[in-house]
Amino acid sequence: MTLSQKYHLLISLLFLLASPLVQAKPNGEQLYTTHCSACHGANGHGGVGVPLALPDFQYGVTNDYLKKTIRHGRPGRIMPAFRSLKESEVKAIIRHIRSWAPGKPFKYSNKKIKGNIKHGKQLFTKNCVACHGANGKGGEGTGVTFSRPRNLPVIAPALNNSGFLASAPDLMIKTVLMNGRDGTPMVSFLKHGLSEKDIDDVVSYIRSFEKKVVSKKAKETVNPLISYESPYPLKETLASIEKAIIGKNFRIIRQQYLNQGLVEKGKENKKQVVVYFCNFNFLNRALAIDPRVGLFLPCRITAIEKNGKVTVSSTNPLYMSRFFNNAKLDILCEELHQVYVDIVEESTF
Amino acid sequence: MIKIIAGLVLSLLIVTSQAEELMMARTEQSFPEAMSKLQETILDLGYKVSRIQRIDIGLTKSGYETDKYRILFFSTEKEIAEISKKYPHLVPYIPWKIAIFAEQQDTLLVSADPMQFTDKKYPGADKYLLKWKKDTQKIMQILRQSE
Repeated sequence: MTLSQKYHLLISLLFLLASPLVQAKPNGEQLYTTHCSACHGANGHGGVGVPLALPDFQYGVTNDYLKKTIRHGRPGRIMPAFRSLKESEVKAIIRHIRSWAPGKPFKYSNKKIKGNIKHGKQLFTKNCVACHGANGKGGEGTGVTFSRPRNLPVIAPALNNSGFLASAPDLMIKTVLMNGRDGTPMVSFLKHGLSEKDIDDVVSYIRSFEKKVVSKKAKETVNPLISYESPYPLKETLASIEKAIIGKNFRIIRQQYLNQGLVEKGKENKKQVVVYFCNFNFLNRALAIDPRVGLFLPCRITAIEKNGKVTVSSTNPLYMSRFFNNAKLDILCEELHQVYVDIVEESTF
Repeated sequence: MIKIIAGLVLSLLIVTSQAEELMMARTEQSFPEAMSKLQETILDLGYKVSRIQRIDIGLTKSGYETDKYRILFFSTEKEIAEISKKYPHLVPYIPWKIAIFAEQQDTLLVSADPMQFTDKKYPGADKYLLKWKKDTQKIMQILRQSE
């Protein structure tokens, strides 16, 4: 290929990248597969995410609700906010989601419902708390677990979640309360004895959660690493690490060299050692909260000797936890962070 | 030259198209098929699988019920040697890993976006993080398309 041909190829590729044809027609199915299918299922049948293909869901939510849900996510409830997607990409994803259910979805105006909040609270406590939790905090568990038997198609949504409140208009909430949602445990409260006026009161109470939503805390600076220097030689440090791990009620899985499995047996770097450990009860709890926690697994601490100095380091669960947008997991990660700090501190003290 | 240009265009497309902290994929393949495809893809990209951690076995032995759940660690000898020597902030994160687990008939894969671990103090490490990102995306894409 001549220099001139290479130049033309470069220009063509850059032109292609900037071409409106490439950018104007995003492929909704492809985008859905990349960004959504892992949680919502290839055909929208749900998993950790709600079953988007459910006919009652399809007819009951507007495109605006879907768009806002994609943009805002559900802070602390796994569904992330997809802020980096282009407007045209969000629309393409919605078109793809809509392809599963023929027919038109409901349309709601943004009219505010003015009911009696106090009465709504009483009704909510009596009829809704069992599934949606006190103050609308949502069903226990932040999703249906991936790797365990599933009992319900959905976990009751957190009605006090800022993402939900920003996405759902009053009339949509009212319609769901009146009609229920087939295929989920949500029943029609008209059929369960509430009047339309009662339902308006419940909607107003749910809307009042908006005033209580705590603004999202600014992300504190968290170091991705927990790292200490050990005053002891490597062998002694490793013995102390193991002792500290057992003291924390964790089990040693194995000790291995950092490059083990990558180099010929016997040629490993003996000054770089990883200690893997686990507490299966803790792990079981973590998997029930979020089955994606494999990224933390197994627990590990690495000790490296370099120029006579031994450094003990581990990942920081508090840093990793942010990737999951799962408030329940954050609590467990605080616990795990403390375990790591204690082990590293004890073994280097 | 062509490879460089193509690589540049691909990198630009990858970096501009995704900014999520987790990288995930679902494949309609059963767990054993997906596991086999994952290992094959990792090898094709020039890595070696250093270990497979069988999380489900440990859980089951301890009396907990779970479906198949494994962690694959992969890297190269050169990568480990250079990172452990020059970039201490990445040591606890090597070898890079992907979690793979069954969900009913499907199989799911999860990894972190490596670019979450950039550190201004060690700009030289970004070449590894970017490579892991591109390769992990490739792996996810190949698994998504596998039938």
